[in-house]
Amino acid sequence: MELQLIEKSDHDQFVQNLISNYQVEGVKRKDGSFLYGSIKAPEELCLDFDCTAIPPRKYFLPPKETLLQFALTPDLEATPVIENDPFILFGVHPYDIKAINQMDRVFARGVPDPHYLKRREAALIIGVDPATVAPRSFWADMGASTVSEGFDLMLTDVGEDFIVEIGTNKGRTLLEEYAKTRPATRDDARERVKIRSRISHICKKRGFAFPKREIPKLLEHSWKEPLWEERAGKCLSCGTCNLVCPTCYCFDVQDDMDLDLAHGERTRRWDGCLLHDFATVATGENFRETRASRYRHRFYRKGLYLFKILDDMACVGCGRCASGCLPDIADPVNLFNKLREEEK
Amino acid sequence: MNQPMLEDSPYLPKWAEITRIEQLTESEKLFEMRLANGEPLGHSPGQFVELSVMGIGEAPISVSSAPTENDVFELAIRRIGNLTTAIHGSVTGDRVGIRGPFGTPFPVEEARGKDLLFVAGGIGLIPLRSFIRFVLDHRDEYGEVTVLFGARNPSERIFLDELEQWEERDDIIYLESVDKSGPGWKGNVGVITTLFSQIHVDPSRTYCIVVGPPVMYRFVILEAKARGIPDRQIFLSLERKMKCGIGKCGHCQINHLYVCQDGPVFRYTDIFDLEEAL
Repeated sequence: MELQLIEKSDHDQFVQNLISNYQVEGVKRKDGSFLYGSIKAPEELCLDFDCTAIPPRKYFLPPKETLLQFALTPDLEATPVIENDPFILFGVHPYDIKAINQMDRVFARGVPDPHYLKRREAALIIGVDPATVAPRSFWADMGASTVSEGFDLMLTDVGEDFIVEIGTNKGRTLLEEYAKTRPATRDDARERVKIRSRISHICKKRGFAFPKREIPKLLEHSWKEPLWEERAGKCLSCGTCNLVCPTCYCFDVQDDMDLDLAHGERTRRWDGCLLHDFATVATGENFRETRASRYRHRFYRKGLYLFKILDDMACVGCGRCASGCLPDIADPVNLFNKLREEEK
Repeated sequence: MNQPMLEDSPYLPKWAEITRIEQLTESEKLFEMRLANGEPLGHSPGQFVELSVMGIGEAPISVSSAPTENDVFELAIRRIGNLTTAIHGSVTGDRVGIRGPFGTPFPVEEARGKDLLFVAGGIGLIPLRSFIRFVLDHRDEYGEVTVLFGARNPSERIFLDELEQWEERDDIIYLESVDKSGPGWKGNVGVITTLFSQIHVDPSRTYCIVVGPPVMYRFVILEAKARGIPDRQIFLSLERKMKCGIGKCGHCQINHLYVCQDGPVFRYTDIFDLEEAL
């Protein structure tokens, strides 16, 4: 592992250099929350956020994107739209990087999806260790305190300086060209370990009352628990939990015609399994008609179905679903702990 | 199958021309198509395509013809939603988009030399017809062949000419029933399971292939099991919302399975204990 050090007084210049040479997207403070957006000046970039309202997945799987452009000529014409404009995503917490790593696998496995993968390839990711913990986060318990891949650079605030871990050659080049650095000492490295463990410790205050590796097994026999029905009774079917989830990637595809009615676009947009018509087919048959079935599906998908496919749960512990859910029924910690209790 | 280049979008359809349209019933039409590049579709019985009417959208449609029918293929389509209403408005010579074929086929190879019991409910006959026609084109490669077809009422029966031919052939047994009789109907009346009392099967060598509305499966499977047909020789085709066809969009998920990739044809033993499957 290669560690460098950027003095905080040099950091703004680093960011400014990146802005001068790249499209830079990063975390900004807005009305008391943190949101990803375009960074036009170093002072806009916030690195001491606890958790952004929306995960960074929108940079790879936008809320709405064009897959094809077509023309309704007699022979029909269609061209794929594959975006690969380079950009820097600055300020991604390890748990969100873990989610991106997982999504990379999803879009690469089987038939690869170039619309996602090309955008992903074009991105440079500069991660940052959390300096504070959001009230509903539990990433430490999900094994997402640190990641070993998925970033080009990873920053840790150690007071006077940022320690930078170099994740890729692209990251090294970025640092060499645009930052004033010096090699980190063994003491610096130790300091980073200490800081990481301190913050991880704070995050561990929230978590499961049992080992999280037992969640898939717990779900194997929780299908008929009355808890699904009870909790889902309050569900608004609003899909906020899907919207804010860094590992949710379900999408819908539809055609949008131009006003000339001769050209159009095939677009995809985010969909959510909590929404009423998610599993409805043209005959009107809805394979998940009840709120309880949709509510349960989400937890099963996160904790069991995708686990069977990816050998990893599709939850990184960001806690966005918990803080975004108006009736407060989406919190995985609360739900799985309760299921476990009922089991006994 | 070759992996596509990363520059090729898996969402880009190939174009096909509608070469013939036949009105099957009031709400179903048969569309014969040919891919514009002259290639055969290359499907196996039981697979589906994503059919595009550009500007309207895309929907999963079973292929109804057998692969033996060289360069054209047939989609039989009920007018029920946006896409299917649009395709019903098209005429011969119009172009549509085709992606696929996708999904798992019926056990065409595994059942070779064995007896086949086809059970079709309503437009479940559309995908099943692909396999039936394939078997009839290779008749000597399969054992006893029985086709059971059930429709809600006589006016919803499809492929009438073929049904008549099947009835006349002496190398297959064809039986049909309607849930509700109608004017001029002289055949069986009753749900499809009532036909089971009229057939004889040698369970150990019989493959039972079932396609119909979701509600039908439970009852037909009970009958098949009662006849002693082993669970692993029962196959069914499941319907779900299959938007992308490549196991990504999440709509067709049943447990860890994506119906568009792991199905739509499933062996009963692979799904009998999966919640939400049946």
